[in-house]
Amino acid sequence: MRYEYDVLVIGAGPGGSMAARYAARKGLKVLMVEKRPDIGSPVRCGEGISKSWLPEVELEPQPIWVSNEVEGARIFPPDEKTFIKLSANKAGNEVGYIIERDKFDKYLAALAAREGADIWVKSPAISLIFEDKKVVGARIRRQGEVVDVFAKIIIGADGFESQVGRWAKINTMVKDRDIVSCIEYRMVGIDIDKNFTDFYLGSCAPGGYVWVFPKGKDEANVGIGVALNKLKKSGEVKKYLDDFIERHPGLKKGKTIEIITGAVSTCPVPQSIVTDNVMLVGDAARLIDPITGGGVANACISGRLAGEAAYEAIRSKNTSKEFLKEIYEKKVREKLERKHLRNWFAKEKLSVLSDETLNKLVDAISSVELTSISVKSLLDAVQKKYPELVKEFEDLI
Amino acid sequence: MKVDTSKCNYCGACVGSCPVNCIFLDETRIVIDENSCTKCGFCIRVCPMGAISAEWFE
Ligand SMILES: Cc1cc2nc3c(=O)[nH]c(=O)nc-3n(C[C@H](O)[C@H](O)[C@H](O)COP(=O)(O)OP(=O)(O)OC[C@H]3O[C@@H](n4cnc5c(N)ncnc54)[C@H](O)[C@@H]3O)c2cc1C
Ligand code: SF4
Ligand code: SF4
Repeated sequence: MRYEYDVLVIGAGPGGSMAARYAARKGLKVLMVEKRPDIGSPVRCGEGISKSWLPEVELEPQPIWVSNEVEGARIFPPDEKTFIKLSANKAGNEVGYIIERDKFDKYLAALAAREGADIWVKSPAISLIFEDKKVVGARIRRQGEVVDVFAKIIIGADGFESQVGRWAKINTMVKDRDIVSCIEYRMVGIDIDKNFTDFYLGSCAPGGYVWVFPKGKDEANVGIGVALNKLKKSGEVKKYLDDFIERHPGLKKGKTIEIITGAVSTCPVPQSIVTDNVMLVGDAARLIDPITGGGVANACISGRLAGEAAYEAIRSKNTSKEFLKEIYEKKVREKLERKHLRNWFAKEKLSVLSDETLNKLVDAISSVELTSISVKSLLDAVQKKYPELVKEFEDLI
Repeated sequence: MKVDTSKCNYCGACVGSCPVNCIFLDETRIVIDENSCTKCGFCIRVCPMGAISAEWFE
């Protein structure tokens, strides 16, 4: 069988659904394929998102996918004697709502469908189709039957495991220091503060952190990310999480009702995220915030930009790499490149600090009333208490 | 190399981490093309479930 579309979106995560939604809204003929039978499930996410970006992709929070709203975030140093408290409007990227990702992803897919996009589930892309060395479609195993789908624009929204980018020869390889291996338990019957997302830094999670994102009064996603270059043995990341839980009686008494695993990239924006007829969005384009590991917002935002760029390219009858760079990649860079580079540096710095230094840092910062989170206000606070520490951070400014 | 499917969560962490893209995954199957594998060990170390093993690792 042979199908023809204007736009083929591969992967129905937040990035893919947003791309499909905005391309379809412009009147393009859009197909989104998803390899799983059930969009959004199983969940691969801590489910913490901030609120600030929702209007950028015309999303109103819905009771069906908001499971909890938090006041802010708390950052704990290794000794856990004190913490930094960030209120939601200052906490930057990853606090605000704890969502139900499976419901959220389905909700977004439904938005795309309502704009007119076709959706095939249980339909993995198994290879790309090339003509004159350019990608012109993909071979899809549609519920068992192998079919060819041709499209003017192909959008790779296939997440961290992304094949579309690699098949299309876009270099999105990530170094081991920029890969974070993650495991998370959804736990019930635990002692938590429902109003805060908690982050734990230091040797409990080398090159990453432990998170406790509350979903209810005694229920939370308790997860960990550890940088791949810090992992030496098989199954080590799980051991880090189990050890952390073991040391916290309030968590230890809980029961796990779901295990979630996955990986995130924590690199700066790659050299290129497009080629002729192809754009990558979200995790496939490695657009995760290097310091928080959060990627839902960037997946949605890049998805919208790609959907709109698809329309622009098809209307102009120019789907060349150069044009897609101009109308899509450039916009992504304007939005994310500086921030991701800065956060990548900050991550690299944080990952080499000793537990002792982290304890001092958090102690210094937590003792001042923070009115704004700027590098300068943080440094001033540290300078007052531990002048010798500031040296280590000067080059971050 | 061996993937223990009773441990595997089909999360794709290994697939996205493999520098030579020689791991194939669909919802029920995970296959490593050992001819292309460079034995870097990324997949073994990244796997959160400890599902991948190889006689040459450690
Ligand atoms: C453990 C963990 C915790 C996280 N916690 C947070 C958090 O708290 N907050 C946050 O903002 N981000 C978090 N992230 C990151 C976040 O999950 C991702 O950034 C986000 O899902 C990216 O969306 P996406 O649309 O780019 O990709 P995905 O959501 O990964 O969607 C990709 C889709 O493509 C499908 N697919 C893959 N290959 C094919 C194929 N060949 N054919 C068809 N379909 C295919 C997949 O099945 C999947 O449905 C976390 C990640 C992990 C692993
Ligand atoms: S990383 Fe481990 S659990 Fe995830 S797909 Fe690979 S083998 Fe399976
Ligand atoms: S050892 Fe390295 S090259 Fe071989 S399959 Fe694993 S990640 Fe790929």
